[in-house]
Amino acid sequence: MINLNTTCKNTWCPACGNFGILAAFKKAIENEDLNKIAITAGIGCHAKIADYLNINSFYSLHGRSIPAAEGIKLANPEMKVIVFTGDGDSLDEGIAHLIHAAKRNSDITVILHNNRLFALTTGQFTAVSVEGFKGKSTPMGAPESPLNPLELLLAANATFIARSYSGNIKHLEETIKKAMDHKGFSIVEVLEPCVSFFNTSEYYNKNTYVLEDKNLDSREEALSKIKEWDYTMEDKKIPLGIFYDIKKEEYHKRALINKKEETVEEILLELI
Amino acid sequence: GGQAGQGSRKAGLIIAKILNSLGYRIFIYDDYQSLIKGGHSFSKIRASEKKVLTQNKEIDFVLALDQETIDVNLIDLKEDGLVLFNSNRVNYENGIGIDIETIAKEEGGSSIMANTAMIAAFAKLVRIDFELFKKVFQKEIKRDLDVNLKIAEKAYAKVEEKIKIEKLNNKPLPLITGNEALSLGAIKAGLDIYYAYPMTPATGILHFLANHKLGVNTIQLENEISVIISALGSAYAGKRSMVGTSGGGFALMTEGISMAAMAEIPVVIVNSQRPGPATGVPTYSGQADLNFTLNAGHGDIVKFTIAPKDADECYEWGGRILNLAWKYQTPAVLLIDKEISESTFNLEVNKEIKKEDILLWDKEGEYKRYEFTENGVSPLAFPGDNAVVKTTSYEHDEYGLTVEENEEQIVKMQEKRLRKFEAMKEEVDQMEDAVKVYGKKDSKNVLITWGSSTGPSIEAAEDLDIKVVQIAVLEPFPDQIFNEIEEAEKIICVEQNALGQLAGLLAKNGIEAEELILKYSSRVITKEEIKDLLKEII
Repeated sequence: MINLNTTCKNTWCPACGNFGILAAFKKAIENEDLNKIAITAGIGCHAKIADYLNINSFYSLHGRSIPAAEGIKLANPEMKVIVFTGDGDSLDEGIAHLIHAAKRNSDITVILHNNRLFALTTGQFTAVSVEGFKGKSTPMGAPESPLNPLELLLAANATFIARSYSGNIKHLEETIKKAMDHKGFSIVEVLEPCVSFFNTSEYYNKNTYVLEDKNLDSREEALSKIKEWDYTMEDKKIPLGIFYDIKKEEYHKRALINKKEETVEEILLELI
Repeated sequence: GGQAGQGSRKAGLIIAKILNSLGYRIFIYDDYQSLIKGGHSFSKIRASEKKVLTQNKEIDFVLALDQETIDVNLIDLKEDGLVLFNSNRVNYENGIGIDIETIAKEEGGSSIMANTAMIAAFAKLVRIDFELFKKVFQKEIKRDLDVNLKIAEKAYAKVEEKIKIEKLNNKPLPLITGNEALSLGAIKAGLDIYYAYPMTPATGILHFLANHKLGVNTIQLENEISVIISALGSAYAGKRSMVGTSGGGFALMTEGISMAAMAEIPVVIVNSQRPGPATGVPTYSGQADLNFTLNAGHGDIVKFTIAPKDADECYEWGGRILNLAWKYQTPAVLLIDKEISESTFNLEVNKEIKKEDILLWDKEGEYKRYEFTENGVSPLAFPGDNAVVKTTSYEHDEYGLTVEENEEQIVKMQEKRLRKFEAMKEEVDQMEDAVKVYGKKDSKNVLITWGSSTGPSIEAAEDLDIKVVQIAVLEPFPDQIFNEIEEAEKIICVEQNALGQLAGLLAKNGIEAEELILKYSSRVITKEEIKDLLKEII
């Protein structure tokens, strides 16, 4: 097997949720042709994964992991393109790209590291931080309520929506595999603790449960699964699994349609 | 001219094509505002025996679909000029009225076909043979051709001949806008994919490429940030990518320019200027984004910034800039403006453009995306090439892995890029046409100019026997200019912005412009305006 490790020193905090995601992803691509895989990452703790994997990677700007991936896919539709992004990255800075990539059904897999705060900047609230989150920028508590990103993506017509947990590596690995096999836009939201600034390990260990895969083409059922948990820290059950999975033609097949039927010289003649 | 929606632009183009077929050299300026119906739009067509790059202030013929065309343009009409007007809507006692809307209606046409009657009436007025009119017309109008021709015949019969426009011996040339010309040039250099978010005056590139089957895919995305980042993603995957926008969109793209510089990803950005700041005067022209373009992107960056002056140069540089971007793995900006983007010129292809070879990985050993080389350019490989290709916005080592702790490594990679900047500068210094000279070449009075200010400057300088120096490559700054100003006693900058931004660039390079001719009204500077001001200065 090819060595997936690089020479980079891993600088994630001990017990960071990202280790679980890295491990699950390595397992998920074990049988893939690595020459046909490219990953992108934004900026944040999540993004260091680009440095820790010895595969094709585009380590983009903050919030711009998704458009980089879409560009790779359009240039070379044979590639499997996997986006690593964080909640700050794609639910704050780059949320427009996330919504549009889902709407277009871009054939990319988005792995959303959701630790529910900006961690690399040492702890500020993001779009999915818990109500009243006390970070360094909001000592009196965040004055905003969290967004349910999966509800948003269902509204944006994402064709594959799933949630997993960095503490359940087996489930995460299987979910990532299914997401990568899906043709079109797929998102795996990965709940993860930030051990330094928002340690949710105990809460997720206690409250997450794995759903059975059924009626995956029902929008109504998807919505009810997605809304079962509302991103609070109250004792509520948090479903993991695939919530929605439907077939729709991928964006690149609809967008890459310009065939060469004319030459520059012919056009110049026409313009006389 | 006429109201938006009356089709005056198409009518103007057909008249220009008729004159073109008679051997005249054409320049069309299209004037319109940010609205879809109503308002006032007009095309100003100049036809000349020799090639022209700019509009004339004075007008020989006014063809008025509406009253405003007369009200706006009468002031520039020559004493012996003629006015042909739509008598269904316009009242003007010194002109020739024709009921074009009635004619269109009587022959069973729609109201927009009144245009056809106007063109035919003009053809008769200047004694253009009906068969010649018909030949050009039917190439341009495919829909309802029979009805249109009946309308044309009727209008042609109704008008009396006044003067004769003679046929010339010139061979007709393609009529093309700057946007179209740069698109074709880029295609010759291997353009694969064009990304854009619509923005005047660059939108024409997107429309042109989308409406032709040239094998270039056009992708419209949610904003200019995704546009440039996706273009970088495509270039990383091996496809030649270009994006186009105007100042406001370019502002959003600047983080992508910085990324492209750090990650050494080739991309061409067309920035077609319109007057700013902010939304400014969106359908008019200006050159106020020079400072911004030269300084776009945070960090230590040298890129290519190239400013063609007309369609010929758009075609040529549209191709060459794509080759340069890939040769040096760098962002490169083609800096034009509304006047060049949307005006129509005759195109002469002077230089063959082709896709040039690039430095590729030899597939030996382990691939290092940012391998240290003598000139700072590292061999390219793409995902799928059985190499691990890592690109990044972080400072990095030769493999493309993040470097934060190792100061020496950070310096080495920065210096690799500096060597590349040196190589880019040498490339520019060896170009024959990074700086171009016109007018009286040994004159002590030198106009220094760029982009769309060049055409009117050349005409003014020819009349006044002085020299014009056009800086086509603005970054890296070409040394050729120093030879051209050695003997100069008076340097005068001509540009269309309020701060004298080219003069600022010259000053930074040790060249002092004594006088500035600036225009910032959003309307293009004319040779008459330049001449009037020059008479005061020299």
